[in-house]
Formats: sequence, C-alpha cells, structure tokens
Amino acid sequence: MKRFLSAAAFFATLLIIWEILVRLNIWSPVLVPSPLTVSEYLLGAVRDGTLYDAAIVTLKRLVLGYTFGIVLGLPIGLLTARFKVWQDTLGLLALGLQTLPSVCWVPLALIWFGQTETAMFFVVVMGTLWSMIIATDNGVRSIPPIYARAARTMGSRGLHTWVKVMLPASLPFIVGGMKQGWAFAWRSLMAAEIYVTILSGFGLGHLLHYGRELNAMEQVIGVMFIIVVIGLLADKIMFSPWERFLHRRWGTQGK
Amino acid sequence: MTVQTELANVAPSKLSVNAITKRFRTRGTEVHALDRVSLDIAEGEFVCLLGPSGCGKSTLLNIVAGLDSADEGTIFTDGKLIDGPGRDRMVMFQESALFPWLDVIDNVMFGLKLKPGLTNPERREVAHFYLKLVGLEKFMRANIHELSGGMKQRVALARALAPNPRVLLMDEPFAALDALTREQLYGDLQRIQQQRQKTIVFVTHNVREAVCLGDRVVLFSPHPGRIQEQFKITLPRPRDINSVDLAEHASEITKALKGHMKSDTEVAE
Ligand SMILES: Nc1ncnc2c1ncn2[C@@H]1O[C@H](COP(=O)(O)OP(=O)(O)O)[C@@H](O)[C@H]1O
Ligand SMILES: [Mg+2]
Repeated sequence: MKRFLSAAAFFATLLIIWEILVRLNIWSPVLVPSPLTVSEYLLGAVRDGTLYDAAIVTLKRLVLGYTFGIVLGLPIGLLTARFKVWQDTLGLLALGLQTLPSVCWVPLALIWFGQTETAMFFVVVMGTLWSMIIATDNGVRSIPPIYARAARTMGSRGLHTWVKVMLPASLPFIVGGMKQGWAFAWRSLMAAEIYVTILSGFGLGHLLHYGRELNAMEQVIGVMFIIVVIGLLADKIMFSPWERFLHRRWGTQGK
Repeated sequence: MTVQTELANVAPSKLSVNAITKRFRTRGTEVHALDRVSLDIAEGEFVCLLGPSGCGKSTLLNIVAGLDSADEGTIFTDGKLIDGPGRDRMVMFQESALFPWLDVIDNVMFGLKLKPGLTNPERREVAHFYLKLVGLEKFMRANIHELSGGMKQRVALARALAPNPRVLLMDEPFAALDALTREQLYGDLQRIQQQRQKTIVFVTHNVREAVCLGDRVVLFSPHPGRIQEQFKITLPRPRDINSVDLAEHASEITKALKGHMKSDTEVAE
C-alpha cells in the first residue's frame, strides 16, 4: 500500500509538472499538448474503437509470432546445448543473429514478403527466436551435471531426463530468455508497423505513424502511453507469476 | 503391489568387485585412478572406503553405481554383472543433488514415480514413510533452499532409501556439514541401517567417521588407487564418535594412513 501511494504520488507530480510547463507557454501547444488534450484523444479513441481495434491487431501479430518463436527456439536451444553439430551450426548462427537489432529484419522482411502479415510475422519471429535459443542453450549448459547423474541412478533416461530434469533445471534461464524475446519482439513489431502500412490490419504502430503525419502530438503521446501500458501489463501477467515461482522455489533474489 | 509389501525390507545385496582398473586421460596426462582393486562385501555389511582425496574412492563408487564404467574388471551384485545404474543401488552424493524445482516430498517421489507397480497415492504414502524415518515429515512441503545443510542431506537420504534399494552408495555425504549436525546424522544412519538392513558403501576421508559407521574400514592409497589395508571394526552399536574405544581404533588406522603417506613421499623424493 505504501509502495502504491509513493508510486501514485510520483506520477501525479509528473503530470502536474507537465501541466505547469504547458501553461507557462514555453513551447507551442502543437508540440507539447497538455495532459488533458492527450486524455481527451485517448477517451475519444477508446469510444470510437480505434484504439481497441489497433491494440487487438498488434497483439495478435505479437502473440502469434512470439509463440511460434518460443516453440521453435526451445527445442533448438536444447539441441545446440546437447549436440556439437547443432552448436557449431545453428548455435553459432543464433549467437550471431542475436546481436543483430531485430529492427534490422524489417527491410528484409518487406523485400521478401511485401506489405503482408507474413512480413510482420517474420519480424516478430526473428525478434524472439534467437534470444530464446541462446537462453535455453545457456540454461542447459549451466545445469550442474550432478542433477542428471542423480536422476540416472533413480532410473531416469532419455526423454524423461530432458522433460523432468534438464528443462525444469534450466527454467530460470528459459524464463529470462522468454522475457528478452518478448521485449525484442515488441520493439521490432512497433518498428515494422511504423515503417509500413499493411492493409490487412491497422496496429498501434500505424496509429503512432499517422499521428506524426497529421502532426497530432496528442495522438503520438497517447499511443506511446498505451504501448508502455501494454508492455507493463504483459510483464506483470505473463512473467511475474513465473518469476514468483522461481523466486519461491530456488530462493533466488528476485523482486 | 501394496504399500506394505513395498515398505517391507528387501534382502541386502552381496557385492563382489573383481580387479577393477580405471584410467582417466585428459590432454596428454593419464591418471591411474584405480589399479586392480578387488573387494567382497557381504549382505548387509557397512563398508567404509577411507583414504586421502584423489585415491579413487569416488571413482570406485561411481562404477559400482553404474554411472561410470571400468577399463578392466567386473562388479557383480548377487552374481549379476553391473553394466549401468539400477534401482537396486541408490547413490547419495556429497552435495545433496536435490532438485531445487521440486519441494521436499516431490524430491523423494522422483525415484518412486519411476518405479512401476505403485499408484500415485501409494507412492506418496511411501515417501511420507521415509521422510518420517529421517525426521522431516513436517517439512514435506518445504522448498529445498529453505533447508539447512543437515536437513538437505536427510532429504537426500530419504530420496535414496525411497525406491527400497538393496545397496546404498554414499560419497562423503556429511563432509560439508558442521560437527554437531554430523554427529546427529551418524546416530540416525546407524539406526536406519539397523532398521532397513542395507548393504552400505560409504566413502570418507575422515578416520573417526569411518570407524564410527563401518563394520569394516577399507584403506585406500593413491597413485595408483589401491587397497592398502583393511580393518574389521567390532565395536558394539550404536557407536558414539567421541568414545575412547573408537578413538583407539581410529588412531591405529591413522597410523597406517600416515605410514603409507610417508613412504609415498619418500618414493617421490
Ligand atoms: N572425470 C575425471 N576426469 C579426469 N580425472 C578424473 C576424473 N574423475 C577423477 N579423476 C582423477 O582420478 C583420481 C581419483 O579421483 P577420485 O575417485 O575422485 O578420488 P577420491 O574420491 O578418492 O578423492 C584423481 O586423481 C582425480 O583427479
Ligand atoms: Mg571423492
């Protein structure tokens, strides 16, 4: 409760400072709209459904590509950790491509797939996949060998060892990788949406882009605000439960 | 199978180790860890493998466990050749090797779940029995990181006992514990051994510990790992690590240990 109050006070102060700066008329209101104008835009956009529709379009793309990247990255990471051949091929590729800012996939995606959903999907997958592979690989490698040996003496073999020992043992790394993958995917999707108009769906990035085209600063700031909120919510809903579980079981110092 | 038959004592195994040789090769250098080591262990015997570190005690234990294979030689349990891990031989390691993603009872259930012929509620009952045996039934739902070092090793002991093995292999299980906790565990282990009647092979570099626990102490010497001498310990049980009789036996063994270490350095000079 105390933490909530201090957070609330902090953000209220920020809003007040913002309002005061606007009232002082230092900058043109076209460049710096007041918090009130921004909330008016947001209210309007919520009422006429643009915001909701755009958020749904964006989240659909994100969830689709992200899930695909995770589901593909996890087994590949297990393979690169387990087999030298995989490590020296796909593992090396993942290590290299992970350093590439995922925004850099956007031009390539556009040339290959045109202004289509496939291009969006591709960009999100590229944002997720490599960091997921690397995280899983690191996780498996960091497992003390004694776990697998102990499991073996109790009769665990092959697939059972992988599912019941290696996977849970590397969970802290895997959750870290999923989180990073999410952050990369979210960033690269926004970049893609700002870059290109896609007729099949009008996402949050487009909304941001048209705010600029129309010189509608309240729209730009309003949409940015929504993007931040979605990012925060995703963190709280998707990753916090896992992190709490890890914290409780492993006793690691988390939040 | 019912819980009752599952919990009944199984006959302990006879172990026969025949001329085991093991070398480790790492980047040019070769370590001769075991050199034609032979050893017979009777049903229900508590044998302590004693020696300075590096004399191949863990290597031998791991080969008996089936986790490693020997270069030469064979090991039989009740006349059956060992060629891999088996539920009849359970291992307890120096670090507890408990799984941090499982709570206490699920750790004990891990091996039980791989044992066919039991329903899950029955397995739970069995796990409960062994947690009670090591005095931790109240900590069933605790997480591993919440336990002290001694409690962790108790859980590890319960986990090793749970599949009802014939042989228990223990690799310096108490080495990382403080003296007081260790003394408690000596008592517990002796009590459990009386109750469950396992054949136990216990690795240690602590002479008193070996004398306190073993029916027999097998002294190893390093480079290459060989059996140097064996001592029968006939002190009555339960034994107290601080008793005078025990100290006498220990000093005799310590003398033998030092004697060979001296000759070892003389050879090196
Ligand atoms: N996996 C391994 N690779 C290389 N050398 C090893 C390995 N395991 C043990 N050794 C060597 O074999 C010798 C015996 O080791 P070990 O059985 O662990 O001794 P102890 O348990 O008696 O301390 C040591 O010199 C050790 O360095
Ligand atoms: Mg050792």
